This record gives sequence, C-alpha cells and structure tokens, in this order.
Amino acid sequence: MRYLPKSPGDREAMLKTIGARSIDDLFASIPAEYRLNRDLNVPRQMAESEIVDWFRQRSNESGDGHAIFLGAGVYYHYRPVIIDSLISRGEFLTAYTPYQPEISQGTLQSIFEFQTMICELTGMEVANASMYDGSTAAAEAVMMAVRLTGRRSVVIARSVHPEYREVVATYAWHQGMPVSTTGFTDSGGLDPKELERSITQDTACVLVQSPNFLGAIEDVAAVADIAHKHGAMLVVSIAEAVSLGIVEPPRQADIIAMEAQSFGVPPGFGGPYCGVIATREQFVRQLPGRLVGQTTDKNGKRGFVLTLATREQHIRREKATSNICTNQALIALMVNIFMTIYGKAGLRELAKQNLAKTAYAAEQFGIHATVLFANAPRFNEFVVQTSEDPYAINSRLLGHKILGGLPLKKLYPELGNAALWCCTEMTTRTAIDTAVGLVAESERSTRAMKEADVRSDIEEVAR
Amino acid sequence: MAYPSDFKYTKEHEWIKADGNTGTIGITAYAQESLGDIVFVDLPKVGAEVTAGKTFGTVESVKAVSDLYAPASGTVTEVNAELATAPEKINKDAHGAWMIKIALKDPSELGSLLSAADYEKFVNEEGGH
Amino acid sequence: MKYMTRKATRHVSQNEGLIFEKSGAGKAAWKLPPLDVPEVDTAKLLGPAERKDLGNMPEVSEIEIIRHFTRLSTWNYAIDLGMYPLGSCTMKYNPRVNEVVSRLDGLANGHPCQPEDICQGALRIIKILSECLTEITGMEAITLQPAAGAHGELTGLLMVRAYQQSKGNPRKKILIPDSAHGTNPATAGMVGYSVENLKSNARGMVDTAALTAQTNEDVAALMLTNPNTLGIFEQEIHKIAEIMHAKGSLLYMDGANMNALVGKVRPGDFGVDVMHLNLHKTFSTPHGGGGPGSGPVAVKQMLEPFLPKPVVITKPDGTLGFEYDRPMSVGRVRAFYGNFGMFVRALAYILANGPDGLRQTTEDAVLNANYIRKGIEGAYDLPYPTPTMHEVVFSDRLQAKKGVKTMDIAKRLIDYGFHPYTTAFPLIVPGALMIEPTESESKEELDLFIEAMRSIAEEVEEDPKIVLDAPHSTRVSRLDEVAAARKPVLRWKPA
Repeated sequence: MRYLPKSPGDREAMLKTIGARSIDDLFASIPAEYRLNRDLNVPRQMAESEIVDWFRQRSNESGDGHAIFLGAGVYYHYRPVIIDSLISRGEFLTAYTPYQPEISQGTLQSIFEFQTMICELTGMEVANASMYDGSTAAAEAVMMAVRLTGRRSVVIARSVHPEYREVVATYAWHQGMPVSTTGFTDSGGLDPKELERSITQDTACVLVQSPNFLGAIEDVAAVADIAHKHGAMLVVSIAEAVSLGIVEPPRQADIIAMEAQSFGVPPGFGGPYCGVIATREQFVRQLPGRLVGQTTDKNGKRGFVLTLATREQHIRREKATSNICTNQALIALMVNIFMTIYGKAGLRELAKQNLAKTAYAAEQFGIHATVLFANAPRFNEFVVQTSEDPYAINSRLLGHKILGGLPLKKLYPELGNAALWCCTEMTTRTAIDTAVGLVAESERSTRAMKEADVRSDIEEVAR
Repeated sequence: MAYPSDFKYTKEHEWIKADGNTGTIGITAYAQESLGDIVFVDLPKVGAEVTAGKTFGTVESVKAVSDLYAPASGTVTEVNAELATAPEKINKDAHGAWMIKIALKDPSELGSLLSAADYEKFVNEEGGH
Repeated sequence: MKYMTRKATRHVSQNEGLIFEKSGAGKAAWKLPPLDVPEVDTAKLLGPAERKDLGNMPEVSEIEIIRHFTRLSTWNYAIDLGMYPLGSCTMKYNPRVNEVVSRLDGLANGHPCQPEDICQGALRIIKILSECLTEITGMEAITLQPAAGAHGELTGLLMVRAYQQSKGNPRKKILIPDSAHGTNPATAGMVGYSVENLKSNARGMVDTAALTAQTNEDVAALMLTNPNTLGIFEQEIHKIAEIMHAKGSLLYMDGANMNALVGKVRPGDFGVDVMHLNLHKTFSTPHGGGGPGSGPVAVKQMLEPFLPKPVVITKPDGTLGFEYDRPMSVGRVRAFYGNFGMFVRALAYILANGPDGLRQTTEDAVLNANYIRKGIEGAYDLPYPTPTMHEVVFSDRLQAKKGVKTMDIAKRLIDYGFHPYTTAFPLIVPGALMIEPTESESKEELDLFIEAMRSIAEEVEEDPKIVLDAPHSTRVSRLDEVAAARKPVLRWKPA
C-alpha cells in the first residue's frame, strides 16, 4: 500500500522488539468471535491514475459548463487562484486545531485576522473562529439567545432559508423549544403586524435573514425595535456574504449568524462551507465555538492563543455552550484570503457588479413576466412568476446549457409558478438575454394557448 | 495559611462572614491556590435567591470551571463588581475579595459550618499541600 | 540534548505583521471584468440600506498576500513535516490525490439545488461511500449529513431519542464512562438528556457490574468509545451490549478510534446500534488547522426510519435521487447534504487502499503504537498495563516528582522536532500523555520519537529547568494564556 512507509522487514523487526510472534498477537484483546476473517467488501485497491479517472467520470456525470441562475444560499462567485495555492500548503492543510500555540502561530494569526474582518463587515464587536455552516450557525445563535434571555421560544421569519428553518426546528425539537413562524408582506419583508402578534413574554429571539430567501433586504431596524420592545433578541442570518460589500450590515442585531461560502468557497454540492457567529462583546461568554485572542509570550512578543476555552465541551462537558469541537478552519482560511484579496474597495465593486447584473435581469424579466416583491430593495436574487410551470421552462433552458432559477412550488406554494433567480458578477448579459428570451417565449405561447382555449369555449357556447 | 477566625467555612472551600443579618461570601485561600490564576467569576444578580449547599455561580481559571456553593441561604443584596474586571484580586487576597453579600434567611444555618481551625484541619487532610 | 540534532535544526523564520498593518489606500489584489450591463445608481436601488463604508478592511497587493500567508504557514507544524502524535485525533497522511479529485469541476462546482438528473455523479459518490462505510462498520444504514464528529454525536443521540420516544418514552439519561471525550456529555446535554458517569475498572475498562447496576428503564443509551480513550479494546463488549439491550437501552459507539478496527472487527458485529465516524480521522481527509470534518452516523435497521432527511435512494428508472418524504425522520441537521467535498476525499482514500490496504493500515497503526509503548515504557509511568491498540496513555507521575508536568514534556518535545501528544486527557489518568502515532510513521521516525522521549526523561532527572522552560527553539515562547482570558483581545483595532 503506497501510503504505508514500512517494508516487510521493518514490520518483522518491530514485532520482534515488541515481543510479539505475529501481528495477530496485538489484536488478541478482541474476542475471537468478533474478529473479521474475510476481506471487507469494498472496491479493490486502485492505482492513482484509476482513481483520477473514476472521479473524472463522476464529475462528467455532474454536468459542468452551465450558465447558472441558482442561488438560494449557495452562490457562484469567482474564486481567485491564489486561494487554492495558499490553502494547499501542507502547513495549513495538514495541521490540526492550534492546541500548541508555539507551533501554530500561522493558523492562529490567520484566524485572528478572520475574526477581525468578520467584525468589520458585520458591524459586530466579536466573531468566532467559524461554525459548520450558515444553517447550524443560525441554530446555535438561537440557542445562544435562549441562554442569554432565559426564555424558551423563538419566532422565525418564513422568509428565512427553508433548510435553515428545518435545522433550527431539529435543534429546538428535543430541547422543547416552541418555534413559531411569521410571514412576509407583499413587499417581501417580514410582516411587522404578524410579528407583534407572534412575540410573547417567552420569546427569546426573532430570527430573520437579510437579504432574505426571497431576495428582499429586511428593514432590520424596524424588526429590532419590535423584538427589543418585548425583551427578545434579534438574530440575523446572512446567507450571501458578498451583499455586505454594498448593503448596510444589520448593526441593530444582537447576534449575526453568517454563511461565508460566497467568499471564495466552491459550491461543492453543498459543502464544506463556513458558518460564523458575530455578536456584542457583552455576550461573548455565551458564544459557541473556538475563539482566538491576542497575548504576549515570556519575552513580551505578540502572539495568539485559543482563549475563553472554558465555554467549550472539553472543559465544561455537559454544561458547555455547545458540543462543537472542530470548526471549519481551512474553509475559514479560504474566506480570509478572499476578504484580503478584495478588501475595502474590491468588495464594494464586486457587490456593485452583482447589483447591476441583477437589476438588469430583473428589469428584463419584468417586461415579459411578473417580478414579485418588486418594490423591496434587493441584492442579487429576485422571484419571477410565470404563467407556465418553472420546471417546464427550466428543462428547455437546460437545452441551452442554462440552469434556471429555483422553482419555489414546494417551498412557497402560495407564490404559484414562481422561481428564485440569482445573478452574480459571473452571470453574462448573453446568458440573461437567452433566459429572458425563453421565458418570454413561454409567456407568449401560454397566452396564445389560453386565448385559443377561450376561443374554443366561445365557439362551443355559440354552437 | 491563616484562616480568619471570625469566618465560617464549607467543605467546598467557600467562606462566610456574618455581620448581624448580613452574610459576606467568598472563596478560601486554599481554593484560589488550587484553582490557579482566576480569569473570570460568574456571580448572581442583586435580588437573586441563594440556597445553602446549592450553586450560586462559577469561578474559572484558564482550563477549569468550578461551581460556587452557597454556605447559607438568603437574598443577594450586593455583588462585588470589581471582580468582573479584576478577578485576579481573588488570587491576591482571597479572604478580602468577597463575591456577594446576602441577607441571611436563617442565621442559625451558620452553626453547621466549619470553624477556621476545623477547616484548616480539613484541608490539611484533603490536600496534603 | 544528545539526540536533538538528528531531527530538528534551526532555520530562518520571517517576521510578519497582521495584514491590516500592511494595508495602504489604493493598493489592490483584484480586477473585475468590464460590466456588460448598464451601471446602476446604488443610492436609488438601495436607499437607506446602502452601505457607505467598509471600515478597516485591508488594501494590499497580490504578492503581499502570497508572502503574508506563506510566512504564516511556516510558523505551523504539520503532518507533512513530521509525526503528529495527538492521541484521539488520528493525524495520518492526507493523500494529495484526494485534493485533486475533490477539485474536479463537476464536483467542486456542483450546486446543491441543481436538478437530480445532472448530479448523478455526485449522488453516486454519496451512495458508494455510504455502502463502503456501512460495510466497514457492519451497520445497516447511514447518513452522511453531519458536518463533524460532534455533529454526528448530536445526530446519533437525536435518533436514539426519537427511537425511544417511538417506544413510548424518550427516557432521561445517557451513561458515559469517565474516560469519554468531552463532546459526549456536551452532546447529551444538547439533546436534553442528563448524564450519568460510569466508573472504569482497575484495568481501564467498563465495569460491567457497575453498568448492570446503573442500567434501568431511565437509560436511553450508553455512549462508549471502543477502543476507549486509553487505547484499550473493551473485552467484555458483548456483555455490555447485552446489558443495555436487556433494559431496552441502546449502545452508541463514538467512532473516534475506528482507526484501530477497520478491516479487523466491525462494531455492528459486536452489538453497536448507532455510531458516528470521523472522516477527518480514520479516512484521511485533511484536518486543515481544525476542520472541516465530516461525521457520518451509521445505524442498525431499527433506527433507519429516523435518519435525517433527505436520504439517497435509487429511483424506479434506475437513477439516483433524494427522498424527502420520511415522516419519522429526526429532521435536518444541516442545510443540503453534508460536507460533500469530504466524501469525495474519503472515498478516494478507500479506493486507494482496497480491502487489503485498509487492513494493513489498521495493523500498522496498532503496530506503531505498541512499538512506542515498548520503546518508552520504563522511562514513563504506564498507569494501565492492559494491552493497547492504536494509542497508548502514559502519565507524568515519575517526572512530577521533579516538578515537571505532562505539558512541560509536551513543550520540550517541540524542541526535538515533534508535535506534542495529547496532554491531560483522558481525565481518569492524572497528568496523561496520550500518544497516537497512526500508520503513517516509518520505523525511523518512531525511533527518533522514542529517543526524544527517553532523552527528555533523562533531562528531567539531570536538568529539569530545560524542560520547564521549553520550548526554546520556537518563534514565540510560552504565551500568557491568563492575560488572554482575563482581558480578551479578540480582534485587531487601529491604533
């Protein structure tokens, strides 16, 4: 086996030193009846070239080379090449959690920079070293609010990513935390009147997403007022990190639970991604996950360490803030490098391009079909309602190597034939025009069919 | 170590000093020494009820968390706010750096606690250091 | 000191400030293509939601970024540099072909919401990996959704709870041995269970008499690590399973130490009902400075209805797809399908090994740990003489007499060119030195490690100060963790 650095002679010599007759001696503590006396039924050992070939075939079956209008929590942004060059360095790739700070300063300093940039972008005072992803970060943020307020229930906006809502529900279920949902208005934002009715004396927090799942930017200040008036906290989930380049961050939030996939992390069929929680300094003792802090060594030299570890599972055990152990360090490093590359000016310009492409696309779609929540400020997603089932339209788009918007029928049946479209800086005007052309064609033929139906009805009546 | 004779002690290493109806509570020099450098203290708010023998807060070093046990029952009347920003005061002077003051519910509860001499004997047997 | 030059030597380590300290207005490492749609008036589009300023975000050029992160990287120790014997972490070689195949365009750029008929390749990877892992564990069904080991524990216990609930009563307690990882009790707490401690016997194993006494209708499950954190295989495992099952309790296995078992024995065969795996331990996906992980949960058939949704199924037309209609599911534990990129790497590892390679890997891992045990026994106290498998736990009892603790020995090991072992865990061994070499170490590297450990033991006798002040060769000396915790500085601020 090519990964094993031993000759048969080495093994023999080592067994001799140990004083064992054969390798089986070392497994003698396993009761004989349970020992596996056959080969595992897994594929045979393959050469590297075979492995690459096999996965290349799988890659080809997974359709690349499409123009993509899918967003919904996972975004296609350009990934500068130096991200992969740098994270491929073995010292980053093959190190573990920086338990020994003297030989982990590289990882520690980079996390400290990550925490700083997340604070700058979110307007919060502290950020952790990362969470699994945006959905679990949202769930952990909600539980954090429960600990901080001593209250038990949570109100979630229906415009939060449906899968995030499911994850929060799973976490809440066995803790006996009641979860209620508040709908959205015609402008796509959280319905404030319904929120007023949903909040009780037992509401620990209100969870909203901004920009929300339907593309609308929430009026966070107004939601915060309502939540705070009732003694509840406001948790804001951000799924599209690039929006922070041009959209005012939710500064009125008490906790921000973010998904940073947009910052240089490949869509990768759903993961690994990079969640992160940011909050105010006063809440830091209830913040889950790892934290890196600055300190000095014996000679007064600046250095970094994991700190406030007493919040964590390996010390507090069943009383820990969370059971989280690993974070997403390597992915956080991708995010960190991406933020460093674009920086202060680049992130704004990048976000502006997203805004421009989306404004253009929404305007063009709006000529032929209905763009819902048209009055809401939005970043790079919008909902288009068509006469025809969006699945049917999408299958025709696929013929042009275009992946159309996400049909919302299963998630929001009340929106009818609606789909969620997304444009980023990667979306070309040609792709937009082609997609709009096909939607326009669909609208024309559906209308023609309807008119034909009406005519035949009239003819039938006349007969 | 000198343990003030006007204090009473618990086997969980808290001390209490009664002054009329008021009990002042902290942890012992022995406790601070075995905990090492204290970095954080989590204390109840004024108005909270504490119960003899039950936890009322935690004290943390870099790599350990210990529960604090109330030597007597009562209502918290004062919290030592200084400890929030300067927990090292406990390391410097454990018997001076009080944590909370309570209005004693039943001053006779103190009768079951250890005297300074008994406590010193107890820690010598327990720790041997 | 006499062996030091054999592995470690000094080399230039460059200083590097924080990226913010290199920032200068107008520097840039980015360039966007010209806009092919009309420019927009951001104020008009966004109104009060428009952001005006990005605060202290840095402005630097590309070469500065390359140097910045490359310099930082040289301050890290890594598997690629040498042995990383962190007990319970299984720091094995991370094969590079894994990285190459996970970056293939159709896999790295697949959108989780794209139509099923154009992600058959990705679905097939999920399916084949699932089959391999159920075969390796001897279990009957699996979910790959959990994002890490602790997340797998959460998922597993949610399923335990749902199962017990389906029997009429979720029950109240989880039994956990005193040698367990901290994540076990933390997870039980998150799922709403209270934790009851189970004492180990003198041989470092579960005390079956105590287990019998503590197991009753209130116990939902026992969370067991096997081999346990002392590296000892629970020889009475069949009895343990019987005791649990007799009272309707389940046996949960923490699979952190699966590297001792693959191809030699299967948890499903010795009575485990539910277990999690750590793909970043046993199956070679990179640790990346602390993640990402991946924590699949394998179960017996009776727990299958409770798996998180969706699950991958073969549809009537023979293609693969996701099934969402699962009324008894515990729900979702993560958006989408889990850390797919880690599935690709783990499967590439399994294909590179095959059945013979996987077995040889396990044998070498156990051989290496026993070789180290033999090599340093005598120089360090071995609190449990019971035979050990893939890892071995010593204590600092002999060195403590000179005032030297496990952390001091660990720091001194850095000077010898090694990453330290796991310190002060498991909790049942005061002053523990927990050593797991994995299969990735050659005899030569192991010999160097043994020499280093023996040399440090001699130093403790002759000149303990050199150990107490270690490390001496790193760019920073021991850091003030007390100050870091008392007055946390968690972000950079401009002066």
